[in-house]
Amino acid sequence: MRQTQDRPSVQQIWDWLGQVPDPEIPVISLTDLGIIRDVDWQGDTLVVTVTPTYSGCPATTIINLDIETALRGHGIEKIELKRQLSPAWTTDWLTEAGRAKLEAYGIAPPQPAGGPDHCPHCGSTHVEKVSQFGSTPCKATWRCRDCLEPFDYFKCI
Amino acid sequence: MTRDEAFFEFLCRMGDNTLILGHRVSEWCGHAPVLEEDIALANTALDLIGQTQLWLGLAGEIEGEARDADKLAFRRDAWDFRNLLLVEMPNGDFGRTLMRQFLFDAWHTILLGRLMKSSDTRVAEIAEKASKEAAYHLERSADTVVSLGDGTEESHARMQAALDYLWPYVGEMFVVDAVDQAMAEEGIAPDPASLRAEYDALVGRVLEEATLTIPDSRFAHKGGRDGRMHSEHLGHLLTQMQWLQRAYPDARW
Repeated sequence: MRQTQDRPSVQQIWDWLGQVPDPEIPVISLTDLGIIRDVDWQGDTLVVTVTPTYSGCPATTIINLDIETALRGHGIEKIELKRQLSPAWTTDWLTEAGRAKLEAYGIAPPQPAGGPDHCPHCGSTHVEKVSQFGSTPCKATWRCRDCLEPFDYFKCI
Repeated sequence: MTRDEAFFEFLCRMGDNTLILGHRVSEWCGHAPVLEEDIALANTALDLIGQTQLWLGLAGEIEGEARDADKLAFRRDAWDFRNLLLVEMPNGDFGRTLMRQFLFDAWHTILLGRLMKSSDTRVAEIAEKASKEAAYHLERSADTVVSLGDGTEESHARMQAALDYLWPYVGEMFVVDAVDQAMAEEGIAPDPASLRAEYDALVGRVLEEATLTIPDSRFAHKGGRDGRMHSEHLGHLLTQMQWLQRAYPDARW
């Protein structure tokens, strides 16, 4: 049927979603974050399954709005957003590209050791934790003892 | 009591704990002794309120009377709340706030760990999500209790006073009633009393490191989780938390 041939492919939708930035950390996209769990056409409705990062993340509502706005901007009319709680989002789902972008932006990406091994500004290994909590639920506050700059560390969860 | 009625009660207990504690902790926003502590408290409160949306959201679905998480949080009166008395107590000083947080976090992490194996997948999913955040909360509150307990003479005295004041509210976490029995029989939630040994071991270890003495008495204040006798404090808390929604019932962002 003409309708099915006209609608964008699932891969195209993923590409479009890869261009939607995280509202709080605009250098990384929603696909870099690993929060888009599934994209599927059900009839002529596009179903996008999203998983929240932290329970109380205030960006969650905005992210949902941004997904709808972006997809409607590409001409998709019927959109359904589904929330999937399990498996729970983990920083393991951050893409390698996403991690590199975080570092370039000045946010140390998550490490299995539970803290950064170097300063994202000057590269020094003389770093110390200021607080396990930072400007957003996902970040901790660290500082570099060499260049003296504070920086955010994206916590493992 | 039907199975769904018991399930609704259980979910309100979970959600009301995080809601009231989240509100209490958020009262520190802008008033904490140090900027990093202000941020930590605000983040903790935010996590708790996020978890509230999940628990009360599910409660509303189970009740089936078109009450969503917002309606349950902002339109019920004090006698319908099912939180532990511990979390409705006023914050007191910073030491008492963190002691209360630790006593709660220790229980919360143990309970959430068990709930991840709930026979109800929705409960297991919420618990899986919440337990990761609760682990960070416990790490911080335990660290702070140890630093302040094994700190200066003044910080030690304040932490001991906090522990003496709050300990009588701990027992309520382990009370078993008909709702708990129904949940345990269905495999939805564990028998609350079965958590006590693990709790005592965890709390004992941390408080010993903090050089604090656990009071001898096992007396426990009750009436919060079953709603039979909330303290006067809850009413005052709700006047702050609910006034906007009650004054402007159709308000929208």
